[in-house]
Amino acid sequence: MYFKKVTIITGHYGCGKTNIATNIALDIAKTGKTCTVVDLDIVNPYFRTADFKQMFEKMGIKLVAPIYANTNLDIPAMNFNLTSILINSDYVVIDVGGDDAGAMALGVHHDYLNNRDDVEMLYVINKYRLLTEDIDNTIELMRDIESCSRVKCTGIVNNSNLGLETYAETVLDSLEYADEVCKKALLPLEFTTFNKDLKVDIEKKYKPYPMDIYVKTLWNMV
Amino acid sequence: MSNQSSPKKHLMKGNEAIAEAAIRSGCKCFFGYPITPQTEISAYMAKRMPKVGGVYLQAESEIAAINMVYGCAGSGVRCMTSSSSPGIALKAEGISYIAGSDLPCVIINVQRGGPGLGGIQPSQSDYWFMTRALGHGDFHALVFAPASVQEMVDTVCDAFDLADKYRMPAVILADGLLGQMMEPVHFPEDYDFNKNTEKPWAANGHGNKRKHNIINSLFLQPDVLEDENFKRFKRYEIVKKNETKAEIDIEEDTELLVVAYGSVARIAKAAVDMARKNGIKAGLFRPITLWPYPEKELQKAAEKVKKVLVVEMSMGQMVEDVRISLKSRIPIEFHGRTGGIVPTPAEVFEKLKEMDGDDNA
Repeated sequence: MYFKKVTIITGHYGCGKTNIATNIALDIAKTGKTCTVVDLDIVNPYFRTADFKQMFEKMGIKLVAPIYANTNLDIPAMNFNLTSILINSDYVVIDVGGDDAGAMALGVHHDYLNNRDDVEMLYVINKYRLLTEDIDNTIELMRDIESCSRVKCTGIVNNSNLGLETYAETVLDSLEYADEVCKKALLPLEFTTFNKDLKVDIEKKYKPYPMDIYVKTLWNMV
Repeated sequence: MSNQSSPKKHLMKGNEAIAEAAIRSGCKCFFGYPITPQTEISAYMAKRMPKVGGVYLQAESEIAAINMVYGCAGSGVRCMTSSSSPGIALKAEGISYIAGSDLPCVIINVQRGGPGLGGIQPSQSDYWFMTRALGHGDFHALVFAPASVQEMVDTVCDAFDLADKYRMPAVILADGLLGQMMEPVHFPEDYDFNKNTEKPWAANGHGNKRKHNIINSLFLQPDVLEDENFKRFKRYEIVKKNETKAEIDIEEDTELLVVAYGSVARIAKAAVDMARKNGIKAGLFRPITLWPYPEKELQKAAEKVKKVLVVEMSMGQMVEDVRISLKSRIPIEFHGRTGGIVPTPAEVFEKLKEMDGDDNA
């Protein structure tokens, strides 16, 4: 897998941003490069990249999160300087909160992030999310995220899944939808992501990226 | 396995599923106020309601929101409000007025830790509050305890129907974990939300064609007020007889019965499965309605068991209903975590091992 220096992950609530950010960070770390994960989620109280602090530490990945993330205090305060993180790390993965509401936090850094060759902003889509089943709605949300964050998306990630009820057909049935979204958005498909335990054969042109599933409920960890 | 023949599914967050299910149940007005961990309900309603010809209104406070529900319910329109523990406490007065006026509405409580502002992590410490003391005065609300995102949908549909049928408020008692987690769901396509919408009591304009309807909870004559309470409690007896619901997962030789509701029931189920694999004869009883409590179902499920373990994210609240139901005939133990700490399947399994060991010692 090839990643740019800065990978920003955006998309609809629950489209799988955190799981994708976690996989990308771990894959970068495995190459021996330094990587920082920025949990920029200001809207989500649980199921966020900050949950994986210990795993990141083991892999030598630096985690930067809002100071009160997972502390039970409901204040989305951010006390870090993105510029210094970008200087001190080979790679940076930014996990942005859901929808346009979550993308607002990115806006502070738009001057730095726009129009740079080493920055990519991926828009994650899931055909099986009710509000983004329709292609026009999917694009509309991307535009909302762009206008709120003042950063332009550069590529699409098709992460269509139905959680534990994802089968090979679930992924295959989404390829056409992802194609349509890319065509309408005038953006390239960067990856088709899916659970690596799934036995599914995906053509190279859809850029298959099998992933581990880290975001789980307690009873599914047994 | 294939999902091709199964109904169309969507991946949804618990909170979103509640909101979408309400819309599909004919909820026309939503009055909300944000609080973690249920804000997605409000956010979803704000986006969807205008598109389906409904009303979304963010009130200036929880108290305002519940009183808007009161007015809306009085006009016979299906309506809903949602909040999390401390926000529900603020709504208590309004809920009592709604119950005292015999009005249907749906109230969502996505519980967080308490007392006071508590925390924003999941909790089940509003059990007594929802089933015993949802406001001042003698009254009850229907209380549903979904344990999956699919059941969020199913119980919301039931809540609207039964609230209308019995003219009383209905509560969905979820918790932060259920509200935030994501699972595939399907929506019943043949759901007919018109089946209970005849509301001759509604104050929706008499057009000089009938006597005007009055929505009121003030009865200054003692005998009139007592009569109102008697009538209401007669109705509650019918509800208790007809509307209890539970899921029972026991085997012929079950010795240890775990009782849990909501997200904790999912954890308990994982622990019961671990126990069974290790030769412990465990089973699970999961109430789906908390008021009325499925007393008879529990009595039947516990008939042959030796011990009962109640697991909750509280200091022990539903355990009281288990004791009342089983009349302390068999030993009942309790395992609870609070503060937003969710019990793990492993720790519940440990507790089961301990109880099983005591028995065989």
